[in-house]
Amino acid sequence: MSDGERAASPAPAPADDGRVPADPPVVEATGIVKRFGPTVALNGARITIRPGETHALVGRNGAGKSTLVSVLTGLQAPDEGTVTFGGDPAPRLTDRDAWRRNVACVYQKSTIIPTLTVAENLFLNRQQHGRNRLISWQSVRRGAQDLLSTWSVDVDPQTPAAELSVEQRQFVEIARALSFGARFIVLDEPTAQLDGPAINRLFDRIRDLQRQGVTFLFISHHLQEIYEICDMVTVFRDARHILTAPVAELPRTELVAAMTGEAAADRLEERASTLDTGVTAALSVRGLGADAYDDVTFQIGAGEIVGLAGAAGSGRTEVAETVVGLRAADGGEVEIAGKRPRPGSVPAALAAGAGFVPQDRHHQGYVPDMSIADNATLSVPHLLGGNGFLSRARRDRLAAGMIEKLAIKTPGPELPVSALSGGNQQKVVMARALADDPRLLVLINPTAGVDVRSKEFLLGKVEETAATGTGVLIASDELDDLRMCDRVLVMFQGRVTTEIARGWHDHDLVAAMEGVDLHA
Amino acid sequence: MPETVLAGSAAPDTAEPQVRRTALLGGRIPLARLRDLALVPAIIVIAVVGQIVNPVFLQTDNLINVLQTMSEMALLVLAQTMILIVKKMDLSLESTMGLAPGVAAWLVVPTGAGHGLGLLPGAWSIPVTLAVGALVGVINSLLIIRFGLNGFIVTLGMLIVLRGVLTGISGGQTFFQLPQSMLYLGTAEWFGMPASIWICLALFAVAIVVLGWTGFGRSLYAIGGNVDAAKAAGIRTDRVLWTVIVTGSVLAALAGLLLSGRLASVASAQGNGYIFTVMAAAVIGGISLNGGKGTMFGAFSGILLLYMIQNVLTLGGVPAQWIGALNGLIILVALTISRITGGKVQE
Repeated sequence: MSDGERAASPAPAPADDGRVPADPPVVEATGIVKRFGPTVALNGARITIRPGETHALVGRNGAGKSTLVSVLTGLQAPDEGTVTFGGDPAPRLTDRDAWRRNVACVYQKSTIIPTLTVAENLFLNRQQHGRNRLISWQSVRRGAQDLLSTWSVDVDPQTPAAELSVEQRQFVEIARALSFGARFIVLDEPTAQLDGPAINRLFDRIRDLQRQGVTFLFISHHLQEIYEICDMVTVFRDARHILTAPVAELPRTELVAAMTGEAAADRLEERASTLDTGVTAALSVRGLGADAYDDVTFQIGAGEIVGLAGAAGSGRTEVAETVVGLRAADGGEVEIAGKRPRPGSVPAALAAGAGFVPQDRHHQGYVPDMSIADNATLSVPHLLGGNGFLSRARRDRLAAGMIEKLAIKTPGPELPVSALSGGNQQKVVMARALADDPRLLVLINPTAGVDVRSKEFLLGKVEETAATGTGVLIASDELDDLRMCDRVLVMFQGRVTTEIARGWHDHDLVAAMEGVDLHA
Repeated sequence: MPETVLAGSAAPDTAEPQVRRTALLGGRIPLARLRDLALVPAIIVIAVVGQIVNPVFLQTDNLINVLQTMSEMALLVLAQTMILIVKKMDLSLESTMGLAPGVAAWLVVPTGAGHGLGLLPGAWSIPVTLAVGALVGVINSLLIIRFGLNGFIVTLGMLIVLRGVLTGISGGQTFFQLPQSMLYLGTAEWFGMPASIWICLALFAVAIVVLGWTGFGRSLYAIGGNVDAAKAAGIRTDRVLWTVIVTGSVLAALAGLLLSGRLASVASAQGNGYIFTVMAAAVIGGISLNGGKGTMFGAFSGILLLYMIQNVLTLGGVPAQWIGALNGLIILVALTISRITGGKVQE
């Protein structure tokens, strides 16, 4: 992985000041087994978290992290094994209040109700009542104000929760968790939707709370964050506990090896460029401008892979979405393989020869209840028969080919996409993008929420596709996605600021994405 | 970047680019609250127009007439509003409104007069009406909550079934000679105003308080806004949903009782087609079909506005044959206006 990014922030505060080693652990789970039908989600897993530490839990998708979290937060009972809090056995599953006094979890998915105010969200189902047994909104507001200022969260309690940013929402959820008396908080991928500065503010907040005696279990896919903020790390793989060690004593390579179960393969072997300058450029963008970006100009040759990097809000996603017609630009033009599709029209962009993987597969990628075959052929009805009639046989043949080509793990093309794992779902989306042999392939965050193996497979497919003369645009902030690019364009605050050729160092790219000049 | 503001350690930074919320009276009343009152200006405008069209409009008798004719429909709006707030929908309310008093009349009205069975004394009519309402609510809840069926389709089915049952027991005819107890609520006057108006206003007042100032009421909004989060907050969501759906059906039965009392009969088509006006009134009143949004006061002003406009049209001498077309048009116009004032896309 990378080193050096965000190294500007101070090292984690020493967590062991005033701590007696003999203290019982805040939470200890031993011998946890959890089965869902035939699959074993946890197989004798264990974790021990000491007071005041920030403990990282890492593992690939399907390693059992989420299941452990639901066991630790009392959402599911383990089939075997015990959980103790501060030495006492865990409360019964139905005693939600007792669980909430011990542990709280800030999930990726918000548990804030958008239509209610912040104050009401904080005191939902436990509002202060006045003398007439009706809710006293005044004391609810005051209580919320007190609570928020105690933990120095600067949010107006009267704000409707829908107006909060992701970051504010997380702080409100943390404050709510603390108000139940819990001093052990699980953060489930808290940084996934935050940009760089917001992540730093979150980390400052975590360190603050840590000094006040709050213990954290921190789950993240980003290893550098673990090195920055955590004291201890526990690795799960294939439903088992692999190791627990102080972060400072565990080199990155060993951590990665523990996660993948193999020595970290050096995927950096040089990819021969497949750029073909003799053919019309796959994409040429000139002077593109809109709210989120300004004056964007670049070209992608046939067979070239170009990365479009940038932090959240830098405009990279918007540019990519404009190219495929999900948005219309205010000015400038997009030319796909020599044709100029009507701006803001996805069908026109597809007809011009584009294929794309949208940003959020759950939102825009697939129809969950439709079959793999239907999803994969959604954008290519003309391949399924003429005159507006679809041939089921042809569809299934086409889908079977895609399933084989992309190694989608499924019993057959009739399975609904919602029944697949994240990685395989993304493969279906990729299959659709490739269905019509595109001249230009646009990928937005193509490996978000995808496990390591599927990730490598998907990226390998991209290289293969490029080798056939397709131009590829990858809009992502995931360094692994960008590694194979012939060059990476970095966007910062809506403009393309830097162009980096292949062979870059992680810290160069991250610095450019954050708008920092390392050599200044 | 439109960054968020958080006082990381000490006092908040100066010149924070926070999104300023529109507020009046020095920030005391946020605009969101004012939206509840969005229809009040419209109601005033209609009142003025009505007075110009025909000076009868603002006379007490006419206003009482408007309130009384809308009281039954208003109770359905009250029921539907609760149900919409928890993100469900009950189409069968209109049939319940006919069937519940229909069953009571069937059991109570003496034989020889139409299809009455004369099995029970007259005093039973009110309990029977309410019990039928509750039973319908229980069946709906069982199918929707317990068996997880789609609420829209379940209540659409119930709408047809209940209407059919009423037609069956009445032989498609109208029950007359209702007992005194059934007539009372629809005809009595309390303190110079029809009892049905009092009942309607009182129930809305109770609903406003319950929805705004009790834990139960707030849990309705929580469930409609995000049911998983409501569960995580320890709300017994299923129990709340049961209560809401059953209460809604009982209210519909009560509305039917008021209407039967006022008309001194139960027609086999009683309540037929009401549900469309009910839904329209709720949406005009600011209730979101996506759940979690809207207030009882808004819903009340929605139905009041619709009935006032109808009254003005009648007073203005619009031919009765055209009232239906105009009603539909009014609903569309009112929706458009609330889209403009509300500023948000209605889904």
